Amino acid sequence: MIAYNTAVVLAGASLLGASTGLVGGFAVLRRRALLGDALAHAALPGVCLAFLVLDRRNLPAMLLGALVTGILGVSLLVGMRRATRVKEDAAIGIVLSVFFGAGLALSRIIQNRASGGSRAGLDSYIFGSAATMRLAELGLIAAVAAVCLAIVFVLYKEFKLVAFDMGFARVQGWPAGRLDLLLMGLIAVTVVIGLPAVGAVLVAAMLILPATAARFWTERLGKLLVISAVLGAATAAAGTLISAQFDGLPTGPTIVLVGAAAFLFSALFALRRGAVARVLAHLRFKRRLQDQRLLRAIFEAVEADLPERPVVTAAELAARAELSPAALHRAAAAGWLSAERGGYRLSEAGLARAASVMRGYRLWRLFLHEYADQHGAFGELDVEAVDERLPADLVATLEERLAAEGTLPHAAGPFARTSR
Amino acid sequence: MTSEFSFADIDWNQAVWTIAAAALSGSACALLGCYLVLRRMSLLGDAISHAILPGIAVAFWYGGTTAALPMFLGAVAVGLLTAVLTETLRSAAGVAEDAAMGVVFTSLFALGVVMIARLSAGQVDLDPDCVLYGRIEFVLNNSMIWRGYEIPVAMLPLSATLAATALFVALCWKELKIASFDPALATAMGLSAGVVHYLLMGMVAVASVAAFDSIGSVIVVAMLIVPGAAAHLLTDRLGPMLAWAAAIACVSAVLGYFAALYYNTVVAGMMAVVLGAEFALAALLAPRHGLISRAWHQLNLTLRIVSEDVIAALYRAEETSAALAPGAPQRDAGIAWAACSRLAGGGLTGWLALRRLLACGDVEAENRSLRLTEQGRHAAQSLVRSHRLWEAYLGEHFNLPLDHLHEPAERVEHYIGPKLQERLASELARPGVDPHGKEIPPS
Repeated sequence: MIAYNTAVVLAGASLLGASTGLVGGFAVLRRRALLGDALAHAALPGVCLAFLVLDRRNLPAMLLGALVTGILGVSLLVGMRRATRVKEDAAIGIVLSVFFGAGLALSRIIQNRASGGSRAGLDSYIFGSAATMRLAELGLIAAVAAVCLAIVFVLYKEFKLVAFDMGFARVQGWPAGRLDLLLMGLIAVTVVIGLPAVGAVLVAAMLILPATAARFWTERLGKLLVISAVLGAATAAAGTLISAQFDGLPTGPTIVLVGAAAFLFSALFALRRGAVARVLAHLRFKRRLQDQRLLRAIFEAVEADLPERPVVTAAELAARAELSPAALHRAAAAGWLSAERGGYRLSEAGLARAASVMRGYRLWRLFLHEYADQHGAFGELDVEAVDERLPADLVATLEERLAAEGTLPHAAGPFARTSR
Repeated sequence: MTSEFSFADIDWNQAVWTIAAAALSGSACALLGCYLVLRRMSLLGDAISHAILPGIAVAFWYGGTTAALPMFLGAVAVGLLTAVLTETLRSAAGVAEDAAMGVVFTSLFALGVVMIARLSAGQVDLDPDCVLYGRIEFVLNNSMIWRGYEIPVAMLPLSATLAATALFVALCWKELKIASFDPALATAMGLSAGVVHYLLMGMVAVASVAAFDSIGSVIVVAMLIVPGAAAHLLTDRLGPMLAWAAAIACVSAVLGYFAALYYNTVVAGMMAVVLGAEFALAALLAPRHGLISRAWHQLNLTLRIVSEDVIAALYRAEETSAALAPGAPQRDAGIAWAACSRLAGGGLTGWLALRRLLACGDVEAENRSLRLTEQGRHAAQSLVRSHRLWEAYLGEHFNLPLDHLHEPAERVEHYIGPKLQERLASELARPGVDPHGKEIPPS
C-alpha cells in the first residue's frame, strides 16, 4: 500500500517525465536540446520576481513568472543571434549564465528579507524537490501533459515535417514558422512545470536524456516519441522513489542519474544502433569480407580447370590472398571446402558460392572502372550485393562484357553461357 | 535598496581580496573563453565547468579538502572526459552534438550533486549551494601572513592558474590562432587540431576547477562565455579581443562585488548580472558590430540610396521636359516636395533624405517644389550614367527581355563608381544610348 503523498508525487513525476519525454523527442530532433537548458535557467529569475511581487508563495504565479522570463531569455537569445555576430552557442551560454546569476542574486535578496521558511520554497526551484508536491501541482502537471499529448496527437504530421525538413514544410505552404513556435512553446511550458520538481539546473536533462536514449531503439518518429515518453515516465518515477528513500538526496539529480543509466543502457545494448550491436555487426561484416576474399582466391586458383575442382595448395592460396586460419575453419565448417592432403578442395556448394562472389567482384570492378565517378554514390560494397545496388540492365550489360572477355565466373567453367 | 548601505561600512580588506580572487579566476576563464567563442564551442566550456563536479566530489571524499592537488587533477580529468565523451557519442554513436553534450554534462553534474548531497549529509563542508555560489565571500577565512600582509591562501592557486593560462596562450599563440580560425588549414600544416582542441579543453578544465572553488559554477560559465562574446563584438583582432575579455572580467569582479554589497546578495550572482550588463553595452555600443552603429550605418545607407533616387528622378524629369519643350530653361523642371518625399520612401526617411539633399546643396527648394542645383545635376548625371551603362551591359551580355533591365540597374546604380563606369563604357565600346534608347549622359 503506497502512502497518499507518495502516490501523488509518483503520479506527478511520471506524468512530468512522460510530457518532457514526448516534447523532448521533438526538441532533440530540432537541435533544441540546449535551448531548453537556457530556457530553464532563464526561468529562475521569473520565479523570484513573482515571489517578490506577491510577497508569498503562489505556484501558478511563480510558474507564470518562470514562463515569462524563460521566454524572454529565449527571445533575447534568438534576437542576439539574428542582430549581432554572436553565434548560437555563445548566445545560449550568455542567456543561461546571466539569467541564472540574476535568479540566484534575487533568491538571496528574498532570503534576506523574508522569514527563513520561504527560502526553502525557492531552493526547490534550483535543484528540485518532488517530495513536496501537492495535489494542485499534480493537477497542473496532468493538465499540461494532457494538452501536450493532445497537441502532438493533432499536429503530429505537421510537427514531423517541421522537425525533419523545415524548408520543405515552408515550400509546401505550411505555416512552418508558427508551428515551430508552437513546438518551442510546448518545450517552454513543459520545462517550466518541471521546475519545482526537478529544478532549473537539470530539468533540461529530462528533455534530452529519454529522447536521446529512445533514438537508439528506433528510426521511426512515432515509435521514438512513444519510447521517449515511456522512458521519461519510468525514469522520473524511479528517480523519485530512490530519492525518497535516502535523506538529503535531491530529486532532480536523482531522476537525471536514473535517466543517464537508461541512456547508457540504450547506447550500449540497443538492438541495432547500440554499441554492442554495432561492434557485432562490424565483426560480422569483417568476417564476411574475409570469407569472400578466401573464396575468391580459391576460385581464381581453380578457374582454369573448371568444372574440375582440383586441390589448391596452401602456398598457392597464400600467394593470392592473406590467409586467415579462422576464415579457413569457417569455410570448412560451412562445407564450402574440405582440407585434403596437400591443400584444400572446393565443394559443390563452395564452388557455387565462390562463383557468385567472383561474379560480383568482377562486375563491381568493371563498373568502377567504367563509371569511376559513381564510386562515391555507392560507397563500400559487399560484392555479393552487386545485384541489389546496381540496376538490372546495367548488370546485364556488364555481364555481357565479362562474358565477351571470357572472365564471367560460372561454376560450370569459363566458357559456359550464363543462364541469366 | 538596503537603506543601511554606506561606503563607510565597507570592509576594504575583504573587498580587495574578494575582488582580486574573482578578477584572477575570471580573467583566466575569460582568456580561454575567447577561443571557445571563436571556435563556437562555448557550450563545451559550459559543459566542462558543470561536469567537473563529480571529480571535485570524489577528491573531496578522499582528501577532505577542496584545495588539494588530487582534487585538482581529478576534476581536470573529469572535465577532459566530458570533451572526450561528447566527441565519442557524436562520432561513434551518431548522437547530435548538442544532445551529446547535454547528455554528458547533465549526467555528470547530477552525479556530482548527488555525491555532494550525500557528503554534506555527513558533516562535510561542501553543499549543493556552494556548488552554485562558490565561497568567494569567505575567501579571507583561510589566509596566511606574508611579510606582514594577510593574504588568502586561495590567491596562490588562482594566480598560478592565471599565469599558466597566460603562458599557454602566449606559447601556443600561433597554433591556437590557426586552429581557431581555420582548423582545416591547421591540419594541412601538420598541426593536429585534435591536440590543440584537447589542450584547450584541458586548460578550460584547469581554469574551471580553480575558479570553481572560489567563485562557484554559475560565474565560471558566465566568465568563460560572456567576456569572450562581448570582446568579439568590440574588436576584430585576436590580441585586443583577449585584452578586452580580461578587462571585462575584471570590471565585472569590481562592480559585481559592490552591487552585491549594495543589494545584500550573492557576489557570484551579481557578477554574472554585471557581465550581462557589460555584454548588453557592448552589443549596443560596439564601434563596428554594435546595434547602434549598425543601425546608424543602415540609416546612412538608406538615406544615401533614397536621396540618390530623388536626384536621379529630378534629372530624368529635366530630360523629359527638355525633350518635350526644347529650348525651355531646365529650371522649370522641378518636382513637388510631396512627390519627392514619396519617391524617397515617405515618412521620416523621406523627410530626412530631402533635408539631407538640401543641406548638402544638391537640390534647392522653390515654391514647394525641388529642383537640382548644378552640383546636384552633376551627381545625378553620374548616377543616371551608371544606371544606363548597367542596363546596356545587362542587355549586351545577359539576353534579358527589355523590361527586366531596369530593376537590377536601379539597385546596382548606387554602387557603381567612376572606375567601374569607365570599365563598363570601354567594355561596351562607349555606347551612346541604353537598350531603351535613352541617351547615356557623359561622365
